Amino acid sequence: MSSATMTAPREQKRHSLILWAGLVLVGLHIAIALLTFVWLPYDPTAMAGGRLEGPSLLHWLGTDRLGRDLLTQMMIGSRIALIVGIGAVAIGAAIGVTLGLLAAFASKWLDDALAATLDILIAFPTLLIAMLVVAASDTANLWSAIIALGIALSAIVARLTRILAKRVLVMDYITAARTSGSSWPKIVAIHILPNIWPTLSVNFALQFGLAVIAEASLSYLGLGAPPPNASWGRVLQEAQGTVYTAPLGAIAPGIALVSLAIGVNLLADGLRDTIDPTRRAR
Amino acid sequence: MTAILTLENLSVSAGSKLLVSNLSLSLNRGERLGLIGESGSGKSLTSLAATGLLPAGLTASGSAILAGTQVIGAADRELNQLRGTAVAIVFQEPLTALDPLMRVGKQVAEPLARRAQRDGAPLSGPALDKAVLALLDEVALPDPQRIAKSYPHELSGGQRQRIAIAMALACKPDLLIADEPTTALDVTTQAEILNLLDRLVRDRNMALLFISHDLPVVANTVERVVVLRQGETVEAGNVAEVFRNPRHDYTKSLLTAARRLDHAMEGRA
Repeated sequence: MSSATMTAPREQKRHSLILWAGLVLVGLHIAIALLTFVWLPYDPTAMAGGRLEGPSLLHWLGTDRLGRDLLTQMMIGSRIALIVGIGAVAIGAAIGVTLGLLAAFASKWLDDALAATLDILIAFPTLLIAMLVVAASDTANLWSAIIALGIALSAIVARLTRILAKRVLVMDYITAARTSGSSWPKIVAIHILPNIWPTLSVNFALQFGLAVIAEASLSYLGLGAPPPNASWGRVLQEAQGTVYTAPLGAIAPGIALVSLAIGVNLLADGLRDTIDPTRRAR
Repeated sequence: MTAILTLENLSVSAGSKLLVSNLSLSLNRGERLGLIGESGSGKSLTSLAATGLLPAGLTASGSAILAGTQVIGAADRELNQLRGTAVAIVFQEPLTALDPLMRVGKQVAEPLARRAQRDGAPLSGPALDKAVLALLDEVALPDPQRIAKSYPHELSGGQRQRIAIAMALACKPDLLIADEPTTALDVTTQAEILNLLDRLVRDRNMALLFISHDLPVVANTVERVVVLRQGETVEAGNVAEVFRNPRHDYTKSLLTAARRLDHAMEGRA
């Protein structure tokens, strides 16, 4: 603890820098996504300019091969990416945390069965599971993609929750809470969840990035949001054929994707350090 | 007068392996009993069995009657009513016995509010805060208001153990089980915590089950002792008698070891 005090000011500065960078990046995407509801540079489906125009004052990022404004597509992509990320992580967290806690509390036999099932599920790539789920549902739309990704992510969340909860369950303060007459639901709510939350939240941020990228992949394969919903993956796919003549069509969604994924990760890192009092520099 | 805790032929086993065998003891209000023995002798298991908190895989047999209720084989829901009213436990390592992410004031408030609820006089808001501060004051913590807002890692070992004791007291138990409450503390703090426990047990007329491997500590804290060795009771009786005139070789060896340590400490000083 004394060595921590020495580096505390610098550490603290680094932590707040991480938090701010995350806030700015994510905030920017959220602001753009919200903006799309009230204002867009052009109608996303309209042929607003010539085909494959370069950047100009009229079209800041140029146009695609059908003459649609690329900036407009990218802005709508922000909205879709956020909906997919939040939706998939929310579904994955709801299923995963429930299953994980169930496994942590279950009898040894049930716990082993659950753990083995989760391990098998995790062995399949997230994208593959999501593709299976989408393929099994009749229609490929944004919601089927979100649900599919949520289900695919839940296995990872469940396994992590199980391990974390088991580690907390053997702590003396759980026994202490039991001896003072606390009921299990109460112990889960006030002791277990808060103690596994710092680690889980960082994982959720990773999952968020994973979900956004996976949705882009699903869209790229035609299993995500159908046209004219311009998700970044679809923009990327459509730009594929013309990547040598109009490289911006591929670069822009790539940068957007990476900036959002990094932003969410930084934000989660920064938030964890703020939530967890033992990590908080005093 | 009925006993608060009566163990009769209590055994704890893991599969076919016997960890505690045929332990019998009885405790009345205001009495202090020491349960002593080396690590792995089944001291802590006994206290867990008596409160129905044995970890999965361990089974208890025999009889353990806590405040008139048979604990062995009772449903968890029934025991939950008992825990936090009839009995409370203070653990060895206060750092792990406190939730690292919760302010200690809130941790003390938790059992306090529950007990008040069960008594039919719910506490909340400023009244609850006041009761928490009163408890922190009772366990002789300086500046209770500042401490209540602290996290466990911001407190010293002795302060943490006082918080753990305050949490146990919040349950207003008839029986306080102290499971090696001073082992993780330095000698000066040990003495302070022991004095505190001594005073509290007297003030509140609780029964004390004191679990320790430290004979001098036990000798000054309790009236009667039960000596355990590998789950077997090797000796039981008045503390002065047992220590002056040990009948079992194991007790003798424990005492010799304690004396040798005493001499070594004196020699160095």
